[in-house]
Amino acid sequence: MGTLSKVIYIDSAGREYAVDATVGDTVMATAVKHGVPGIVAECGGNCSCATCHVWVSAEFAPVVGPPNDMEEDLLDMGVSERRSTSRLSCQIRVTEALDGLTVEIPPEQP
Amino acid sequence: MSKGTLIVGGSQAGLQVAVSLRQLGDTSPIVLVGEEEHPPYQRPPLSKEFLAGEAELDSLAFRTPDFYAESGIDLVCGERVCEVSRSPSGPPGSGVATTTSGRELPFDRLALTVGAGARRLPVPGADLGGICYLRAYNDAADLRTRLATATNVVVVGGGFIGLEVASAARALGRSVTVVEAAERLMARSVGPVVSEFYRQAHARRGVDVRLSSAVSGFRGERGRVTGVELSDGTSLPADLVLIGVGVLPRTELPEQLGLVCDQGIVVDAHARTSDPSIVAAGDCTVQPHPITGEGRVRIESVQNAVAQAKVAAATLLGRLGNVISVPWFWSYQGDLRLQIAGLATGHDSQVVRGDPDDEQFSVLYYRDDRLLAIDAVNRPADYMAVRKALGQRATIPPDLAGDPALPLKSLVNAAGTVNGIGEPLVRDKRFWSNGHTIAT
Ligand SMILES: Cc1cc2nc3c(=O)[nH]c(=O)nc-3n(C[C@H](O)[C@H](O)[C@H](O)COP(=O)(O)OP(=O)(O)OC[C@H]3O[C@@H](n4cnc5c(N)ncnc54)[C@H](O)[C@@H]3O)c2cc1C
Ligand code: FES
Repeated sequence: MGTLSKVIYIDSAGREYAVDATVGDTVMATAVKHGVPGIVAECGGNCSCATCHVWVSAEFAPVVGPPNDMEEDLLDMGVSERRSTSRLSCQIRVTEALDGLTVEIPPEQP
Repeated sequence: MSKGTLIVGGSQAGLQVAVSLRQLGDTSPIVLVGEEEHPPYQRPPLSKEFLAGEAELDSLAFRTPDFYAESGIDLVCGERVCEVSRSPSGPPGSGVATTTSGRELPFDRLALTVGAGARRLPVPGADLGGICYLRAYNDAADLRTRLATATNVVVVGGGFIGLEVASAARALGRSVTVVEAAERLMARSVGPVVSEFYRQAHARRGVDVRLSSAVSGFRGERGRVTGVELSDGTSLPADLVLIGVGVLPRTELPEQLGLVCDQGIVVDAHARTSDPSIVAAGDCTVQPHPITGEGRVRIESVQNAVAQAKVAAATLLGRLGNVISVPWFWSYQGDLRLQIAGLATGHDSQVVRGDPDDEQFSVLYYRDDRLLAIDAVNRPADYMAVRKALGQRATIPPDLAGDPALPLKSLVNAAGTVNGIGEPLVRDKRFWSNGHTIAT
């Protein structure tokens, strides 16, 4: 078991899921394995489905950083409500610096 | 007391049936039984990240072990269902399944998600050591160990899995030859322009690609493979062979149950088998075309397994909806990212967008000027635009699609021709009747 870091998911009904994530796992994989609803992740992190969309909390957005190129193309077309803090959670790796990371799950994944 | 649902086959489709039942509010018991000893895991990375050493079994698992207990899903691993019988007295669709260890699993509702197994190559020497297939985790673990020390790798079959393994082996510095019986690579899944691009791209990366070449047998010494014989007399040295020549849907159980099978369990748009109380989903099925509702296709993909499983769960709960799902697929061969949306079968024209020599281009497929599908290489924006257009039953004008400077998303024309149920794309059944397949 690697180092743990907390990730907090907030679903569209405002319910919070606080999960102990393993550093190095993606924010998507962490959610899926713990059965956090709303992160579908059909392509298993291959940047092909856009069903792992999250809005990163304003506080963590600068730490998490902007989407990569391929992700940008999926976000641009593939998600229901693009915001400035939109990311595909399969492209965010949990690090110790992200302990306490809070992301919101949109009501709809494509 | 309700005996609940029995799901036979614990993988992509089976797990999704279970999860969807719970999400739809079903509170009756769910038993998910699988032959493999591992809890459900993702297969796609087995030929990609796993071979590259970037993923391990626990990172491939779909869920944490706790998830099953917390969701009230009784997961039974390492048990094969060998017999299913229906109880004439119980509610319609009820019965009991027996596993090879003798365990009895009674059910009120049955879902078959038994998937497919690798098709074997029936040639002399095929059982020599060092000749591998790739379908399950155990296959991948064995292949990875052998790749670590192999010198000459021969991949039989130039489909997705064969080419993904070839890329991984090449990245490890192995000498790699791909032997394909057809005239072009991935012939069942992509168009000729894309096939030819991949032939050249793999050749540029040092893979020896041999088309129109049939394997006639394997040579070996002391039980281990040493070479591959081709029917034109060529002999290739090999200490590791990966055979990726497609899959065969598992139909033993459905046949035992008297369900209609035709290269897969025949299901309707609601995932119902010929006994409407039994549903089936995933690689084991053949179904009407998911967009047009016409004919019969077999689709081997994660997207399809998930979409069909969701429908199957709703059907089990008596909710028959009309869902259109756009097929999509990806195959990452090293740095070549192929993404497919729609089904190109039956197309009569195509538009190439961008220059294949740049290793960044797309091919859009049309029939009667209606958009059917796209193969996109390193152009995710094109793929997403077409996927979205198809989902909205919109099209993209073929005369403009070829200009790579115009973003496809700006061309999606919702008011254009409709391609959906009620207006069949293909009236000639011949295009669909043979069970089109989009994965190897
Ligand atoms: C190496 C590889 C790479 C792939 N790459 C991609 C990709 O990039 N993109 C993509 O979309 N798809 C890909 N696929 C295809 C995708 O993995 C399949 O479409 C998907 O797994 C189908 O899921 P399924 O549940 O229908 O069947 P399966 O995954 O085949 O699962 C069926 C399960 O049922 C079990 N079972 C069968 N019979 C019994 C029985 N009688 N009793 C108990 N258990 C039984 C089997 O052991 C198996 O675990 C790939 C497949 C492989 C093998
Ligand atoms: S899991 Fe598919 S894009 Fe993130």
